Amino acid sequence: MRRRLLAWFTRRPEAEAWALLGPGTFWMLVFFVVPVIVMCAYSFMPRGTYGGVDPGFTLEAYTRFLHPVYLVILERTFVIAVLTTAFCVLAGYPVAYAITRSGKWRTLLLFLVVLPFWTSFLVRTFAMIFLMRDTGLINTWLIGLRVIRQPIEMLYTPFAVFAGLVYGYLPFLILPVYSSLEKIDPSLLEAAEVLGAKPAARFWRVTLPLSAPGLIAGSLLVFIPALGSFLTSDLLGGAKGLLVGNLIQNQFSTARNWPFGSAASLILMTLVLVAALIYLRVGRE
Amino acid sequence: MADPVVELKGVSKSFNGTQAVRDVSFAIERGEFFSMLGPSGCGKTTTLRLIAGFEAPDPDGGEVRLMGAVVNDQRPYERRLAMVFQNYALFPHLSVERNVAFGLEQRKTPKAEIGDRVRSALTLVRLDPGTFARRSPSQLSGGQRQRVALARALVLEPTILLLDEPLGAIDLQLRKEMQLELKTLNKQLGTTFIYVTHDQEEALTMSDRIAVMSNGRVAQLGTPAEIYENPRTAFVAKFIGESNFLDGVIAQPNGALWDVKWGGGDVTFRVPSANGVSEGRVIRIAVRPEWLDLVRPGHVPPGENALCGSVRDVIYLGETMHVVVALPGGADMTVALRNEGQLINPLPWRRGDEAVVAWKPEDCQILEDE
Repeated sequence: MRRRLLAWFTRRPEAEAWALLGPGTFWMLVFFVVPVIVMCAYSFMPRGTYGGVDPGFTLEAYTRFLHPVYLVILERTFVIAVLTTAFCVLAGYPVAYAITRSGKWRTLLLFLVVLPFWTSFLVRTFAMIFLMRDTGLINTWLIGLRVIRQPIEMLYTPFAVFAGLVYGYLPFLILPVYSSLEKIDPSLLEAAEVLGAKPAARFWRVTLPLSAPGLIAGSLLVFIPALGSFLTSDLLGGAKGLLVGNLIQNQFSTARNWPFGSAASLILMTLVLVAALIYLRVGRE
Repeated sequence: MADPVVELKGVSKSFNGTQAVRDVSFAIERGEFFSMLGPSGCGKTTTLRLIAGFEAPDPDGGEVRLMGAVVNDQRPYERRLAMVFQNYALFPHLSVERNVAFGLEQRKTPKAEIGDRVRSALTLVRLDPGTFARRSPSQLSGGQRQRVALARALVLEPTILLLDEPLGAIDLQLRKEMQLELKTLNKQLGTTFIYVTHDQEEALTMSDRIAVMSNGRVAQLGTPAEIYENPRTAFVAKFIGESNFLDGVIAQPNGALWDVKWGGGDVTFRVPSANGVSEGRVIRIAVRPEWLDLVRPGHVPPGENALCGSVRDVIYLGETMHVVVALPGGADMTVALRNEGQLINPLPWRRGDEAVVAWKPEDCQILEDE
């Protein structure tokens, strides 16, 4: 039976391809494509009083988004996402680089990088509250060490959101960068060295360009979720740290404005797409 | 040696307590084609890496000198050498022309000059710049990559070019062609070539001198002819070409030819004298299969050594025919007969034939202990 099935597939390569693509495609179709279409439709409809939508067509959701209140949130979201990504690159690349050169410690260090995933993101974010609040660990210590007199206001600021996002997404940068650094043939670096490249030149001319695919993938893995994040900003950000993600979440819960939530989602998705395309284009060069 | 460009003096290198290179000394003259030959793990690549500067000798591990100056602590980028790597090590993110330009850019060559030098380097290795300059290494065949790697090294006009088994990965036909090309480039440019290989034929074809290496030491250093004709140890005799080995006892160490008792003392043959060997010493001699004659009993040429046996195997190899003769006492000797047009019709030797292996005493030598 199994052999006959295999033979059948061997004779029909296109059937084989569909069988392989099938499950994943089905999942994406049902849980991604369909909801996006529904969302797109909702965004052009009048809002229902108790949530949902009423029949009709209106551009109100989109015009509303252009209000300065929302544009400020959008801008803040972008600034925080860009800063988070930049900081993850600056802090994560050296870590990935060090891991590739750590010899027998490599497995342990990689294990440590993924260790935070063993605890739920929610719990880890709560833990940051205990670190950053006025009576939290950081302020207590700094006051105890007489570095400061008054507690530094960290919690419920954009900085707290930034710190939380960096913490949460750093492994997503380290892992792809590590995997592309690790694939670099050591003889290429030796070749560069014999050709007269000092350590710095070797890094800029060989290591960095060859690890670019990992760096691009890793920074997109940080940037895109950071743009859409709402949990971190909800718990750590307060009113000054509200992001587009929170805005969207509110529209579907307390504000009961589904069309506006849908429009905001679509605008965010489009911006992410455009930003990612520009980034990939630039990154290729 | 008048003008050694590379000199190793008692160089040793160990990794985690294992000695990879032990007390290696040699000097390489300007313009020489110098090969380091040996099986994997013999220390040849480590020795090359010591010259390149990727490894430093152990503390008290001797001296590496380039152009007379001790360079033990210099990094590779300070040594101004060029190197061709085993797997070519072309930069996959750079085009052929940018690969070749890399070293010139690092050495701050004026921009205007770089383009011209890259083009002439590509032409030198017989790659048309118009066709290949803008290609990526992934679009090239193995042989073409090899040429790009060579151009990338030669464009620097180095005094010394290191080559680490550069022809290992390309097919036989092309390899033979490249061997001759490398030899020509060496003579044409006057660049010193230091070549690492495990292929004895390759080393014999190209080299002015060969250092045969084993267990981290130089087992023998000499011209290809010296090494082939007078291997000093059994290892060298076995590694380069084929050899027959006979163990015997020195019976009479006087004159140019000494008597050696073989096979429990019944048979005596003669060997050229050697230093440091006295009467009663057990020695091993080597003689090449093609220097042996195979004759019918009673037809031994006068003055030649002779051992009687019976033919155990006849192996036809085209150019030659190998006849394996079983000697009393269990030893075998292989005799290579040249194919001069009458080897198969009729086949001169058959299994079971009584045969005498004969050779001139000068054609064998006493081997040193390893």
